[in-house]
Parts: sequence; C-alpha cells; structure tokens
Amino acid sequence: MSAVAGRLRAVPHAQKLLATAAILVAVLVPFYFGKGSPQIDDATLAMAYIGMALGLNLIVGFAGLLDLGYVAFFAIGAFTMGWLGSGFFSQAGGEGVHVLVSEPASNLPGIHMNFLVVIVFAIIFTTIAGMLIGLPTLRLRGDYIAIVTLAFGEIIGRVAINGDELRIGGIWDATIAKLPFFEPIGSAATLTGGRRGITPVDKVDLPFVERFVALDLRPWYFLALAIVLIALFVNFRLRDSRLGRAWIALREDEVAAASMGVPLVKTKLLAYGTGAAFGGASGAFLASYLNTVNADQFQFSFSIFILGMVILGGLGSIWGVVVGAIALSLLNNYFIPDVFNTWPEKVGLDFDLSQLSFGIFGFLLVIMMVLRPEGLIPERRRQLELEEGIGAGATAGAGPTLEGGTGKHGEDVYETRRD
Amino acid sequence: MEAATTTAAKPAAPAPVAVARDFLAKYGLIIFLLAMPIAFGIRDLSAEGDLSRLGNNLVDGVSNGAIWALVALGYTLVYGIIELINFAHGDVFMLGSFVSVGLWGTFALTVATGALGLVVGLVVTLFVAMIATGALNVMIERVAYRPLRNAPKLAPLITAVGFSFILQNVGLLWLGGSPEGVTDLIESQDRFFEVGGVVITNGDALAFTATIPLVLGLTTFIARSRIGKAMRATAQDPEAARLMGINVDTTISFTFLLGGLMAGAAGLIYALYQTTVWYFQGFQAGLIAFTAAVMGGIGNLRGAVLGGLIIGCIQQMSDNRIGGQWTNAVVFGYLVIIMVFRPQGLLGEETREAG
Repeated sequence: MSAVAGRLRAVPHAQKLLATAAILVAVLVPFYFGKGSPQIDDATLAMAYIGMALGLNLIVGFAGLLDLGYVAFFAIGAFTMGWLGSGFFSQAGGEGVHVLVSEPASNLPGIHMNFLVVIVFAIIFTTIAGMLIGLPTLRLRGDYIAIVTLAFGEIIGRVAINGDELRIGGIWDATIAKLPFFEPIGSAATLTGGRRGITPVDKVDLPFVERFVALDLRPWYFLALAIVLIALFVNFRLRDSRLGRAWIALREDEVAAASMGVPLVKTKLLAYGTGAAFGGASGAFLASYLNTVNADQFQFSFSIFILGMVILGGLGSIWGVVVGAIALSLLNNYFIPDVFNTWPEKVGLDFDLSQLSFGIFGFLLVIMMVLRPEGLIPERRRQLELEEGIGAGATAGAGPTLEGGTGKHGEDVYETRRD
Repeated sequence: MEAATTTAAKPAAPAPVAVARDFLAKYGLIIFLLAMPIAFGIRDLSAEGDLSRLGNNLVDGVSNGAIWALVALGYTLVYGIIELINFAHGDVFMLGSFVSVGLWGTFALTVATGALGLVVGLVVTLFVAMIATGALNVMIERVAYRPLRNAPKLAPLITAVGFSFILQNVGLLWLGGSPEGVTDLIESQDRFFEVGGVVITNGDALAFTATIPLVLGLTTFIARSRIGKAMRATAQDPEAARLMGINVDTTISFTFLLGGLMAGAAGLIYALYQTTVWYFQGFQAGLIAFTAAVMGGIGNLRGAVLGGLIIGCIQQMSDNRIGGQWTNAVVFGYLVIIMVFRPQGLLGEETREAG
C-alpha cells in the first residue's frame, strides 16, 4: 500500500488524476443504484462522516490538539438544525417563525428556517463553542487537552440527554424576546428533546431545486458530496495557508513555534473553531437527513468513531482521512450489519455482531497503531517523523525522542511538502 | 506560601493583590471544593436544624469514593511511570466485577452460606479477581503499549481507547447489554451502626475495611520494597534507571500488575456494594476515577486516594441534591475547573505537562 502511494507521489500529476477520477466516480455512483437504495443511504452517511473527519483532522492532524470530545460539535450542529428547522419551539411567534421556506414547512408552527440559513447558524454556533472549549486547554498540552475536551463532550452529552428538564422558554420570553426581531417561544419550551429527541426535522429546502424527500436519496447524496467537496477545498487551502503552516509548526514543537512568532492563543483557538465548524455543518446536515436529533447519538463512542477515521487514514493527511472515513462508515453501516453478521452463525456461535461494532473499531485502532501508526495514506511529514522515531528508539531506547520532530530530515520535508 | 513568606521577610511589604493571588492559587481549589458541602450544610441547618443528611451523604460519599480511590490508584501508578492515560483501566475494573460475580456463581455463595463460608468465599474471590485483572493489565501493556513506547504520545493513548472498547465488548458478550442484579451477599443496605442520625451500612463498612489495608499495603510496598524503589526511579528518569541496572520493562509491567490488582479488588467491592454490574460501569468509573486522580495530582498516590474520596462525596451530594442524572456533568465540570485553575492537582507538583 505504501509502495503504491509512494510511487503515485513520484508522478506529479498522478494524484490530481486520481482525485478527478474519484470525484467523477462519486458523481456517477448514485445513477447506478436505485433512487432510494440502501447503498446511496450508506454513501450519504459516509459523506457526512467525511465532513466531520476532515474537521477533526484540522484539530488533531494539523494542529496536534487531541480532541476526544468532537461529538460535542456534531451535537451543537444537529441541535441548531433541530431548533431552527422543526416544530420543536411550537409556541414561537404564535403562527411560527418562517425564514425563506416553502410549503409545507411555511405553514407549520415552530421555527422554520431555510437549510442554508440554518447551516450558517450551525457554523457560527459551533465555531463559538469550539473556541470556548479551546479556551481552558490553552495552558495545557497533550493528554490534558484530550481530557478537557472529553469532559466537555460528556457535559454536552449530558445536557442533551437531560435538556428536557431545562426550561429556557421563561427566561427567553422575559429577556431576549423583548428585543426587536426576537419572537417569544412560550414558557414551556425546553432546551432539548431529551431521549425522545426532536423529530421530525425539516427536509432540506434549497433554492431552484425541488424539495428533498425521504424516498429519493439522490439529492441528499449530491448535497453531501457538495459539502465534502467544499470541505476538501477549504482543507487544502488551509493546509497551505499561513495559518495551516502555523498549525503544523504548533504540532511539531509548541515552544519552538512560539519563539518563532506563531501566536499560540490565536492559532489554537482558530484550529478549534474551524475544526468545529465542519462538525457543525455536517451535524446540521445529518440531523435533517436522519430526520431526528436524538440525545443518544451524542456518545463518547462517536467521538472515537470519527477519531478512528482520522487515524486509520493517516493523521494530517487529507486524502487519507477521506479514505479512512469511507472505510469506517462502510464498515459500520454496511459490512458489519450486512456482510459479517452471518459469520458467527456459520461458525456455530450465537451473537449479534452489529452489537460489537465498537469492539471491532477498538481492535482496528490497536492493530493500526501497533502495525502501521502512520495510517493508510500517511502524510509525508508525519511518516518521516515516525520513521525517525523508530530509528532513534532502536539505538537510544526509551525517551522522549519524538518531542522535536523534523531533525535531520528538516530540509527534505520542506522540499517535498507541496506534493 | 513560600513566595508569600519570602516577600514578607523583605522590608517592602508585598502588594495586597499579589498576596491575594498567591493565596488563591494555593487554596482556591480547596475553598471551591468545600463550597458545596458548606452550602448544603447551611441549608440543612436552617431547614431541619441538624446535619445528619449532610453526614449521611458524606459517609456514603466516602465509602463510594473508596472504590474510586482504588481505581484511581491504577491510573496514577501508570501515569506516574509512563505518562499514559490508561483508558482501558476502567474496563479492567469492570471485568474484575464480572470475574467476581462469576466466581460467586461457581462457589454457589448466597446469604445462606453462613458467615465463615462467606468470608472464605469472598477472600478467595478477591484473590482470583485481583490476579485475573492484574494479569489482564500486564497483557494489555505487552500488546498495546510496549510496542509504542517510543512512538508519539498520541499513539498509546489511542490504543488505550481501542482496548477500552475491546474490553467493553468482552463484557457485553459476557453478561449482555443491560445492568445485571447480583446476589446481595452482605446485605449492603442494612444498618451496621448509627451515630447521631448518621447511618453506616454494611456496604460502607465493607468499603472502608477492604480499602484501607489495600491502600496502606500498596503505599508501604512502593515506599519500602526494592521494586517499589525501582518504580520510583523509573518514574523519575527511565534512562538513568536503566543505567543503574534497573530492568525498566519489568518495572513497568509490575506497575501495571499493581494497578490491575487494585482494579480487581475495586471490582469485587463495587459488585458487593452496588449489587448490580454491567458492561458500561467500567467506562463511567474510569472517567470518574481519572477525575479523582487528576484532582489529587496525577502520579501522586495519596492524591489519588484523597481525590477519590472527594469525588465520591461530590457525586453523592449531586445525586441527592441536584439529581443523579446530572452527576456526571457535575463531576466533569469539576474536572474542567481543576484543569483550568490547578492542573497539577491538590497534592501534585508543578510539572512540565501542567505547564
């Protein structure tokens, strides 16, 4: 695999060709399957996960800030969709609040905004949340960041589950609804739907396009593909930008980066903010696609599911993350329930394999880290780093050999970075 | 405190702001931790005129916290020696519970077995469970952490999370997905004795009597024994320890063994105390115990015990006063606040990590 990847890199245009081919295939795939076929469903979910994995890759892969609470951003994005695009606040503004929506949403009570408006709000909310979560971790490093983000993820999960006890209606009507442009939402309104969830959520309603329906999955697929392509474009641009290089410097050596004039606070907060924004956008899309915002979706295991995609593909490697996301989501949504699930029966065992999907992920994570820590399609810089570490480890034994990073490969890395 | 005294000794009086800042940095977290019991105590006094409710909460909290302390010791030992958050540790604890429950079944232990039979049975169970989890922990270290000793710190953390999922699914296959009630061998909710309205149940008594010797034994072992000395040396500087003739790999394995032993004991006590076990208990307990270890100062054994007891009390008060469904959010809120204001914990030293 790595040999193939290496040879591809040696040919300058091979990667571009491969990418174009991949996008072409992605555009043509839905026409091969039926309109509502489970394959398109799986592929759409995979796309949404790619969006999230690309966002997490910014935080973990580029900036080196291990985030174990990424599900929080999925939750915030999804809840934004639930709040602004469903009948959840059924008392809001009497007849309901409607922004740029067509039939039938425009006749229903509750807050109904166009998907494009909601996604903007989702991005704003998650960016703010990302920065807020980033704030306490500014002084911390490594494992401690992992723990704080995990704690935030768990807190938001708890709030999602118990949010039906949090009545925001009274406070909202007493304070915010008095301002111009704000509508009262009724004193009974709660923050989340708790375990019952918020359902139904408005279908996507784009200008110049027919309203999305649950039976025809192709428009959903193309929307998800569009989100992925935008995310990919932004990721590549960000990687090569000043900010992206600052992130990579931060990942390699925080002290050195700071002393070379990288503003740590701003760089870290922007990493959390931008990474979170992708999670929020994908979360809003998923809420609309799955037609529900349910507190049980926002578990710690989902954070690891997304992190697994990033690691499987190769930390920091954009194409790697795409491959990892496709692999893991297909494993979760297709291979485990539909293909492997008959295996235990064949061997004479009696258990439901789909129950154990996270055990399989765990196994994959361990195997991957022990045998191929650089991932399926490693980022060149990181691969060098790991090779160097293994070499140094063999001669010098235990010790923090990898704190530094580039070392003797420094120039080499610089030369080959823009491949 | 040192800073305050040295500046006070100088002729120029220290600025009051600086004094206040030093004071807050040193005692702020302790004041913050005491705020909740004091607030509830005042409310108890003003409403009912006695503190028995707070007292009961604290007793339950401490006995619950004793179990977290045992689990937290495993985190702190491992973190102290290789600076790894062993995410799988909570699930090792869970499997300790499962092994214990399985053994009661094999020995056919019930309340009717009689006191002597019960004691013998439980002691045997304790040993088997401890050895099983200790061996499991050593195995995990071999398979998932040792090959990554020289990799970036991210790598073993991820294998730890991976192993946590694997063990959870082992538990899921073993006893199914829902909490399973187990025989209440010691009638844990029955009154053991009562002082001034504060009830100490059998379960509380068991938690104290089983935990105190284990903790004392472990701390003495690490302070006195040869291998304990080797562990401390390795924790300080693995390279120098190796040069001094210490087998670092064996020492690390031994640390994992000790952590596993404590987790197994905690698993048995948990099963006796809570009378339910389920596959997800380990993950929850792991996060709580980890919070405890961080609160006490990770790498510090006494800190882990102290943190465990404090977290136990916080949980109990939150269960009874705020609502059990919010307890985890409260615990993690505390974790975030500790991380922000005092990442080195209550008893911990300022380290490079805490920066």
